[in-house]
Amino acid sequence: MSKKETKKLDYFTDWKYAPAPEATDHIRLQKQYELFINGKFVKPNSGKYFDTINPATEEKISSIAESNDKDVDTAVKAARGAYDKTWSKMPAKERAKYIYRIARLIQERARELSVIETMDGGKSIRESRDIDVPLAANHFFYYAGWADKLEYAFPNRNPKSLGVAGQVIPWNFPLLMAAWKIAPALATGNTVVLKPAETTSLTALKLAEIIQESGLPDGVVNIITGHGPVGASMVNHKDINKIAFTGSTNVGKWIQKAVAGTDKKLTLELGGKAANIIFEDAPINQAVEGIVNGIFFNQGHVCCAGSRLFVQESVADEVIRKLKDRLETLIVGDPLDKNTDIGAINSKMQLNKINEYLKIGVNDGAEMYQSSCSIPKKGFFVRPTLFLNTSQSHRISQEEIFGPVLAIQTFRTIEEVIEKANNIPYGLSAGVWTDKGSRIFNMTSKLRAGVIWANTYNKFDPTSPFGGYKESGFGREGGLHGLMPYLKF
Amino acid sequence: MDRIEVLKTYKIFIGGQFPRTESGRYYPLKLKNNMTVNVSLSSRKDFRNSVIAARGAFNGWSGKPAFNRGQILYRIAEMLEGRKEQFLEELKQLGYTAASAKKKVEQSIDRLVYYAGWCDKYQQLFSSVNPVATSHFNFSVPEPMGVVAIMADESTALLGLVSVIAPCIAGGNTCIVLASESKPTCSITFAEVIATSDVPGGVVNIVTGNRKELHAHFSSHMDVNAVINCNSEKDFNKTIGENASLNVKRVFTWNKNWTDEKEQGPYFITDLQEIKTTWHPIENIGVSGIKY
Repeated sequence: MSKKETKKLDYFTDWKYAPAPEATDHIRLQKQYELFINGKFVKPNSGKYFDTINPATEEKISSIAESNDKDVDTAVKAARGAYDKTWSKMPAKERAKYIYRIARLIQERARELSVIETMDGGKSIRESRDIDVPLAANHFFYYAGWADKLEYAFPNRNPKSLGVAGQVIPWNFPLLMAAWKIAPALATGNTVVLKPAETTSLTALKLAEIIQESGLPDGVVNIITGHGPVGASMVNHKDINKIAFTGSTNVGKWIQKAVAGTDKKLTLELGGKAANIIFEDAPINQAVEGIVNGIFFNQGHVCCAGSRLFVQESVADEVIRKLKDRLETLIVGDPLDKNTDIGAINSKMQLNKINEYLKIGVNDGAEMYQSSCSIPKKGFFVRPTLFLNTSQSHRISQEEIFGPVLAIQTFRTIEEVIEKANNIPYGLSAGVWTDKGSRIFNMTSKLRAGVIWANTYNKFDPTSPFGGYKESGFGREGGLHGLMPYLKF
Repeated sequence: MDRIEVLKTYKIFIGGQFPRTESGRYYPLKLKNNMTVNVSLSSRKDFRNSVIAARGAFNGWSGKPAFNRGQILYRIAEMLEGRKEQFLEELKQLGYTAASAKKKVEQSIDRLVYYAGWCDKYQQLFSSVNPVATSHFNFSVPEPMGVVAIMADESTALLGLVSVIAPCIAGGNTCIVLASESKPTCSITFAEVIATSDVPGGVVNIVTGNRKELHAHFSSHMDVNAVINCNSEKDFNKTIGENASLNVKRVFTWNKNWTDEKEQGPYFITDLQEIKTTWHPIENIGVSGIKY
């Protein structure tokens, strides 16, 4: 259908969605949360607490303990003790049963965890309910089964656990990242000290409750909360054997530098600036859905977000028109509402960063287009945003924004788009949309990135290895390959 | 009067060419026959030129059929076998006994044949089809990391060099290798073997020089994907690790006894591989239906 024949869609009639908020009365939250060390909730050495707020309302939810070096040391000692005394000696099949228990307990309390995840982090309830929490449970379930089968994963290599793993995770998928880190570490026989991000500690602390409930031996998993210096203290701790970090490339580089010359094993899952490439023969409507899912999933707080769109010139007008239309239908607002597509930006700091990039984009000469939707007066929200007429050298095309902001470029030839897609320091993920099988395989083999989605985007699974090339980090999480970072041979 | 022997000027090997170092510098190396070789004391600029050559060769080399790479590695072994006598003599001039030299050259040839065989086999061992819960076809395959900078084992002239180059290029990477400083001559003769083995120019680049001077450059170059030191030098390795963080290079210390037959295997190849996972929807399968 040509452009002229299409009628302009009307989104401004009286057909509005009625509010459909998820109930919050069944969840159990405390006013104050302590550190989870050696199987018990203990007060922080500093005596200090900080607020965790709901980014959609800016209201305080709870107080979270701030760890210091001494707490880190206590947690590491607990993990070491548990490793030496119980965990490393336990038969693998028994170890597995504990991990299965954790998976089941997450499933049993899934709705509560989803609601808390949405309240604390701002993501839509639809995503936390259908993606984050089920995937977290599945991750434990999947890795539990590996515990007594490691010699089949690495034949003739006699895989051995490392010892104590220090894990630092980000705020975009709080519970899911905790699962990605803890499940393989436990399955391979390591003990854990985990630090959640300071804006999203709650589901990690709920996980601590679940771990306590599961009867996991004391000290096998320790969860300590706080700001950046806590992570730094873990990275520098002498008795940690392994550091696993998911977060920004800048912090990742700092960590790699800090552990240089030590025996600590390291995996890094860092930033990205993925190319999502639409060829002229692509199923355009599905591709538009893929573009939307690629960049607006989780408010764009996704390291593998498809934040650079490359559209073949011949279909650029059609794709952009349909994309603008689709943008109008996205519901931005209360994350607890089941109809909400785009929830709240995780923090004030992140909101400021995104707004700063919007200014940079405009000042660099790109054309900004935003949905006309209204956004709540309170809370941290950004309208879904497209930047048209961007070029490869624009900062919005080069730097990770970590928000619902898409930089759009067009291309003519395959060679051109491969060159542009790869010409960036990141290499976490990429998307390709075309109906031609041979072109898919050409593209997926030439794009230098760890995860390639062809005719789909932002899909995750416990069995599927995830991780980057180049400055997007090293090591894999998920699947058989995800066991390797926690083993020595 | 006896015939006067024609001596060889030892050069370096960049992009398939044999230049001397751009710096004009050299260091003298006295051989057992009392002749002195003026070895190129390669510079940072030589290294950077090598990286350009290696990057340029990467797409072609990694894009070659694995079977073809295997044939080329096998060809290197053939060439080395054919020039065995020359290497025996060179190793003797570097202080090896006749027996030791023979063993080392033969091990080097065998190692090349060993890795030639791996070129089209490790992929099947380390790939997976992943049984994801949604209706997608999902698979993971190893892919070469890219350009690898290697500081070869100081204690061996040939075997340590071959033992790291072979798994690196078998996996489709290209490399820049700093030869043993005290035993550099064999490395350049080995470069002549590579140059006559259908290895495209730039896939293997060999420079001679000083690790103390070059390790910081090997690890800080922004277009190098992985860096390997085959020597256990605590200070250097700390600097290498720190510099590597500039562009998140993968860092390995391969401090091995290369004469040990156990120090060969597919894991030297997979150290220098990335895992790429590809997803594609499956139409109309399972109860969950199609989802893009």
